Amino acid sequence: MPLQTSPLRGIHDERGAKFTEFGGWDMPVEFDSIQVEHAAVREDVGIFDVSHMGQIHVTGPDATELMQRLTSNDVERLGVGDSQYAAITDEDGIILDDTVVYRLPDENERPTYLFVPNAGTDEATHERWISYRNEWGLDATVDNRTDEYAMFAVQGPSAVDLVESRTDESVGELERFEARNATIDGVECWTARTGYTGEDGFELILPWGAAEKIWAGFDCQPCGLGARDTLRIEAGLLLAEQDFDPEADPRTPYEAGIGFTVALETSFVGRDALAELEAAGVDEKLVGFQLIDRGVPRHGYDITTVESRVIGTVTSGTMSPTLEKPIGLGYVPVEYAEPGTTLQVVVRGQSKKARVETTPFIDTV
Amino acid sequence: MSFDVPDDRRYLESHEWALETDGVVRVGISDFAQDELGDVVFVELPDEGETVAQDEEFGVVESIKAVSDLYAPVAGEIVAVNDALFDAPELVNDDPFGEGWMLEIDSENGEQLEELLTADDYRDQIA
Repeated sequence: MPLQTSPLRGIHDERGAKFTEFGGWDMPVEFDSIQVEHAAVREDVGIFDVSHMGQIHVTGPDATELMQRLTSNDVERLGVGDSQYAAITDEDGIILDDTVVYRLPDENERPTYLFVPNAGTDEATHERWISYRNEWGLDATVDNRTDEYAMFAVQGPSAVDLVESRTDESVGELERFEARNATIDGVECWTARTGYTGEDGFELILPWGAAEKIWAGFDCQPCGLGARDTLRIEAGLLLAEQDFDPEADPRTPYEAGIGFTVALETSFVGRDALAELEAAGVDEKLVGFQLIDRGVPRHGYDITTVESRVIGTVTSGTMSPTLEKPIGLGYVPVEYAEPGTTLQVVVRGQSKKARVETTPFIDTV
Repeated sequence: MSFDVPDDRRYLESHEWALETDGVVRVGISDFAQDELGDVVFVELPDEGETVAQDEEFGVVESIKAVSDLYAPVAGEIVAVNDALFDAPELVNDDPFGEGWMLEIDSENGEQLEELLTADDYRDQIA
């Protein structure tokens, strides 16, 4: 199957970006250097093309109930312009995906939502919503609009000033996870104070056809998926298919450290399994660690006790550009999850000393 | 994008370069290779006094995004290792054919160098 491409594929190519396949999309991994792009976001501002993220639109009389029953968080808490992070779980409470759910304004005041599944999961998610809607006999329209919307993330300490300078309406007073429509160059953009770097900033969801025009007006460092990965690891944020994978490494929100997305007082697919797990406690959980010895931890490396007994696997790892230290995430039994615990990571056959750290590794918003 | 390919040395298909001076072969990775890897953050090299065979893996260079094995262009004893890379691995990006060199091998067999790619061959490979 040919890879899907962002509306900015040609623009990125002209700018000298390197590309990588991610979730079935051909996306820029690096424009200048991961370190340069990473530093821009931590110290100033950078812009990411995240048009590979899915967009599913849900509206109709029963839209709230459908969203409530298919996402782990409490959708009824959302006023118009609010958003929330949530998990999508199966009957066993296993994370199928993580997502941000936005409650959109609607001129007819119908409940209307847009949620953003991960790259490559939009079709399966759309089918899941349709299938459950039909099974439950709910009155809601579900549209997959991934090919209609581009998405940009403008992130960093200077991001708010930059976005404010481009929007006709003020957006600087929006709280974290608040959003509104704002006009940039005559184009209405859904402008949300969200992002996945640990920094302040906005995510803009805009019509596919306006992507080039809006992107061109942002005079700041373009950033690729490489920097997005190092930034999100430092912030202790999960990457789908790496830090959780329903096929290869099934995990629940409690194991993955996103128990805060689980509203057990609501009724959703997976709720009963998660209620049991919450009462019983988890056996394993995701921890952050720093390598004390020289080396770089990578996805798939074994985590062992100091006696070299294998107890877990690295799910994500990198040399942290901010801390200049090798850091990673991985699942270990809860008795080894306390910050300060000494572990080992097996790097190409050699045991390297590691220490469990509190996440996020850096201060985040 | 065009990459620097000095004519004074030989190359491996795996992107190492080899520069011989009085029977000692200095080894590093090419400009193309460092660009492909991106920001180099870690280099793992053997100790002086160890021996390597031709085409044998002798170490690893890691960038933020990738891990890449390093292969010996010739057989022999390792007589020098560039310790500067342990504290400043970015030298591999900044000056791959100079300060970013990795090790020196006292070559057992001078003819092995002749088996490697010439600069022109290597230019064709990365074109």
